[in-house]
Order: sequence, then C-alpha cells, then structure tokens
Amino acid sequence: MTTDHYIVLSAVLFSLGAFGMLFRRNAIVVFMCVELMLNASNLAFVAFARMHGNLEGQVFAFFTMVVAAAEVVVGLAIIVAIFRTRRSASVDEPSLLRF
Amino acid sequence: MGTSLLASATPTITYAPPEGVFTYLWLLIALPLLGAVFLLVMGNRTNAWGHYLATILPIGSFVLAVVMWLGLLAKPSEERGVIQHLWDWVIVGDFRANVGLQMDQLSMTFVLLITGVGSLIHIYSIGYMKDDPKRRLFFAYLNLFVAAMLLLVLADNYLLLYVGWEGVGLASYLLIGFWQYKPTAAAAAKKAFVVNRVGDFGLSVGIMLIFVTFGSVTFPDVFAQVGEADQSSLTWMEGPTPVSALIHAATMVTAGVYLIVRSNVIFDAAPTAQLLVVIVGAVTLIFGAIIGTAKDEIKKVLAGSTMSQIGYMILAAGLGPIGYVFAIFHLVNHGFFKANMFLGAGSVMHSFNNQEDMRRFGAIRTVMVITFVTFAAGWLAIMGVPPFSGFYSKDKIIEAALAQGWIPGLAAMIGAGITAFYMTRLFTMTFLGKARWTDDVHPHESPSVMTIPLIILGLLSAVSGFVLAWNGMIEKWLEPVTGFEHPEPPIPIPLISGITLVLVIVGALLAYQQYRRDVPVTAPTSVSPLTVAARKDLYGDAFNEAVFMRPGQYLTRALVWFDNRSIDGSLLAMGSATAGLSAAKLRKWQTGFSRSYAMSMLAGAFALFAIMLVVRL
Repeated sequence: MTTDHYIVLSAVLFSLGAFGMLFRRNAIVVFMCVELMLNASNLAFVAFARMHGNLEGQVFAFFTMVVAAAEVVVGLAIIVAIFRTRRSASVDEPSLLRF
Repeated sequence: MGTSLLASATPTITYAPPEGVFTYLWLLIALPLLGAVFLLVMGNRTNAWGHYLATILPIGSFVLAVVMWLGLLAKPSEERGVIQHLWDWVIVGDFRANVGLQMDQLSMTFVLLITGVGSLIHIYSIGYMKDDPKRRLFFAYLNLFVAAMLLLVLADNYLLLYVGWEGVGLASYLLIGFWQYKPTAAAAAKKAFVVNRVGDFGLSVGIMLIFVTFGSVTFPDVFAQVGEADQSSLTWMEGPTPVSALIHAATMVTAGVYLIVRSNVIFDAAPTAQLLVVIVGAVTLIFGAIIGTAKDEIKKVLAGSTMSQIGYMILAAGLGPIGYVFAIFHLVNHGFFKANMFLGAGSVMHSFNNQEDMRRFGAIRTVMVITFVTFAAGWLAIMGVPPFSGFYSKDKIIEAALAQGWIPGLAAMIGAGITAFYMTRLFTMTFLGKARWTDDVHPHESPSVMTIPLIILGLLSAVSGFVLAWNGMIEKWLEPVTGFEHPEPPIPIPLISGITLVLVIVGALLAYQQYRRDVPVTAPTSVSPLTVAARKDLYGDAFNEAVFMRPGQYLTRALVWFDNRSIDGSLLAMGSATAGLSAAKLRKWQTGFSRSYAMSMLAGAFALFAIMLVVRL
C-alpha cells in the first residue's frame, strides 16, 4: 500500500462526491456528497502526512472534522427549515434568490 | 557682567533646572488654560459667574509671576535662567522636542506684561461685555489668548513656540470674529486667519531650516552652534516677522518682535537678515503712521498706530545688540499706552452706542472726565513728550537707528512727527472741539469696573518709561539675555531729542489747528491722492488681493472645474459603464439554483488548478 493508492482512492471518493452533488436533487443526498468530498480530502491529508512523517496533515484533518461537524449542524437545520415550509427536500425548489 | 560696567554684545546667561517657586512655572500657563477649558466645557451653566472665574485666573498668574520676578531679582544677573523640563513630546530618530519652559529676564518681562495688562483687560471686559449674551464665551477666548501668549514666550524650543503662536492665531481669530453675525467682523476674522497662515508658513519653514542646520530646535542648543553654521541659510529666518508685520498689525506681531529678540544670536550672525528687518521696520512705521492720518474710525486709527509702533520695535530689533533692549523697552511702554488708548476708545464707543466714527464725536472731555484724562496720558506717551513713557523708549530707538545709519534714523524721526499729527487729530476730533453727536446718543462716564483699569494703565503710561529708564535699569535687566552695546549716534543725544521734540510739536500743532474747528460730519471726497491712498490702507489690501487672493481664487476655481469634469467625470463614466454591463449581462449568472453555483465553484477550482499546473511548468 503506497501513498499513491490512498491518493487515488481519495480522488475517486472526491469525484463521486462532486458528481453526486451536481447531479442529485435531494438535499440530504447532496449533503452526504459534500461530506464525502470533505472526507476524501481528509484521506489525502493523512496520506501525505504519513508520507512526510510529520503531523501537519493529521492536524488539518482534525480541523476539517470540526468544520464538517459545524456544517452538519447548520446545514441540517437549513434543510429541515426548508422542508417544513415547502414539504420538499429538493435543492432546485428554493430558487427565489435570483435576478 | 553683574558687577562690571562693561556691557557685552552677546548673551552671558546660563540656565539651571527649577527650584523653589520656579517649579510652578507651568502653573502660569495652566491657570488661564484651565479657565478657557472649564468655561468652554461647562457651557451655559457658568454664564452667571464664569467671567469672574476667568478674571481671577490671569490675576493668579500675575501674582505668581510677580513672586517669580522677586525670585529672579534675588539671584545674580547671569544665573537668572531657569529651564523646566515637563515631558518628552516628539522623539523621532535624531529629532527631539520636549515640552519645556524657559524663564529668564526676557520671558519674565513678557509674562509680567501679558498677565498684568491681560488681567486689566479682563476686569475692563466685565463692564464692557455686561449686556452681551455670549459674555462667558468671550472670557473663555480671552483666557485662551493669555494662555497661548504665555506658552509662546515661555517655550524653550521653536516647536513649542509654534504651538503658542498657533494658539494666539486661533484666539485672535475667535475674538476678532466674536460678533460673527456682523459680516464685517466675520470677514475680518477670516482675513486675519488666512494671513496668519501665511506667517505660519514662513515660521514653519524657518523652524525646519533651523533643525536642518543645527540638528535641534531647542534654544540653547541652537544658539550654541550658530557660530559654526552655514550663515546663508539664516537669511530665511526673517520670514514670518515681516510677512505678518506688513499685513497684520496685532499682538501676533508683538510675538514677531519677541521671536527676533529671542533669536538674537542667530540674527547677529546674519547681517543680511538684519538689514531686511530694519527695512521692513522702517517701511512699516511710516506706512502705519500715514494710514493712521486718514482714517475716521477711532479703532482703525489706533490699529494704524499699532502697526507704526511695531515698525519701531522691529526696526530696533533689526539693529542688533544696540537695539534689542530698546525694542523690548518700547514694547512694554507701548503695551501700557496702547492698551490704555484702546480701552479708552472702547469706553467712548460704549457710551456712543458702539459708534466709532470720530466725525460724530467731539467735546467728550466734559462728559467723560476719567476717560479723557487717562487717554490724554496715552496720547502724550505715544507722541513721546517727556516725561511720559514713549519719550524714553522712542528716543532711544531713534538714537540707535541714527547710530546705524542716516536713513533708518531719519525714517524714525519723521515717523515720530507723523505720529504726533495723527494722534493729535484723533485726540482733538474725539475729546476737544465741538460736539457733533448724533441725536440718539447720551454720553456718560463708564462704570468704575471699566475706569479703574483705565486709571491704572494711564498711570503706567505716564511713569513706566521714566521708572524703567532710571539708571539704565532696563538695559541691565535684559543685557544677560539679549546682549547690549551703547549706541553711538553721529550727532549729540540732546540734539536728537531736541529735533524729535520739535517735529512732534509741529505735527501736533498742525493737527490741532486743523481739527479743533468745525469737522464736517461726512468725510470730504475732494482730497489729495495721498489721502485717498491712505484711506485705503495704502492699497495694502488691494495689493494682497491682486497678488495673493485673486490668483488663489483662480487656482481653486480651475481645480474645481478640473475635479468636476475630469476626475468626477471619469469616475462617473466608469460607474455607469459597470452598472449598465452588470445589469444587462452579469445578472444572468444569478440563477437561484444552488447546483449551478456549485458547478461554477467546481469549474473555478479546476481553472485555478489548471493555471497552477501551467505556471509551474
């Protein structure tokens, strides 16, 4: 298992997350795709940290987790609020903020 | 030199840290400053009693100054210098400026004059401003003026002196424009302010040059190095004084005299600057006197006279060690008799409903006896009639000027003759002759709060010259700071005094003959060109207007036009272009679909990534 394997896995996970975020409409799924992208980048951080033998990447992974946790709190609250008003979890539905 | 009879041309004084009463040097300035700040901050709550507080504080400063004066007298004459370091002010690299106060014989003279005459003016103003709704404000400004003037004469370096200078400028602006609802007062204040800025410019350039040349702005440091310095740059030093002396004859210019005498070491090393100062002084004294002869408003005559007398002082200050002492001597005497006459004129105007046209006065001697008698003392003093004060100082200046050369000497003598003419004209038109009052005035003597300062100043105008000149007292007092040499005029001194006195009597008699009879109540229009010119301040204002004001106005107008058309125009064009473009095209990007935003973010990230790759390659 070299670093390359981890990086390839990280890229695959990130691409899956990015495509899912762009093509799925359900807000919950989009949200999970965002988490997938964040954790893909975490994987890359940790892999590079192990390659270089230092701790910076690991620390960054912790920061990403904290940010992700905060994002979950805010994001889920928004999704629940939108669902309550529109009875739908589609991300295309709330598009009033436009020209 | 205390015991020696030989006078020294250069200063011999040494300075020491303060001890005893001199540790309270700062209090001299702090008292009136406190009054100004307190009255301004507390506002209308102090309306009822603020003016009493504002009067007591300068009196307190005066008492403190007298105590210090006695303290100075107790020391040997060369050890009368005190420097009090208060705190470090500006320290940038090699540049140091402290807030420090310096007390010596020269500063002491000014402090006594400022606090003494200043206190009398405060007392007088209690009566004069009795019915003014803004009286508290007036007293706050008066206190500010006294504090700034004290800072100016007590500063131990040029930068702090500049602060005092600006303070005096501000206070005189506020006081001149005090009745700002009158357009003339507002305009005069604005003019004084702008003209002071011209003087500031000269002074600030002078201070910068002093720092560049000597590496310090502290008086002792600068003076210690003058001998080694490049003297050509010193000629710039005269900048502030003549500029303001020519245009603005007020207390500020007394500050100019102080500045020259304080910087005597620098001026002694720069003969060109001294010559220029002498010329400016001579021209100013003649111009001021000529202007004084043609004015009909009593205060304007006195203003012209102030300009002329300051010309005398500047002339004397430019003469070097033979003149410094007499410049200060005349300044002190002038402080007494001019304050006396200005307050006397105010007393007259007070009972004439603020009229100031002398053609509407006349015969006031019968109704305002105290004002008449005290004014007479001032009148005799300014003409230089022995034994009144002006005789002692003006004669000395004429002697010193003659020792320097015939031209300044003759200018000073002729100036004395013209002075006698215009002062007698003023005196005759106001106090003698027939009454030409308008129907609505009922002249009466002013209240005693106004006449008592007049009486004190009248007495001082009468005796100050005699007392100070007694046994060369003023020379001995000031010599350690300014240096002193006896002037040696080419003709005997009694002859000079005699000729001057004859000129004075001739001038006075001419004026008396002409103005004791009927004076038309409107100014005659068919008069000589010289009179017309003198009525218009010898075209001084017209000159300033044409040379300084008009080009300045054109410049500002051109700049405004350029600003409107080019700068604002281009900005407006940019703004409307941006707005138009974004309104039409860019807003299409705001679709409202969060997935399209995510798409553009991803595309942006890829673009950045691609650019980074390309740049690395």
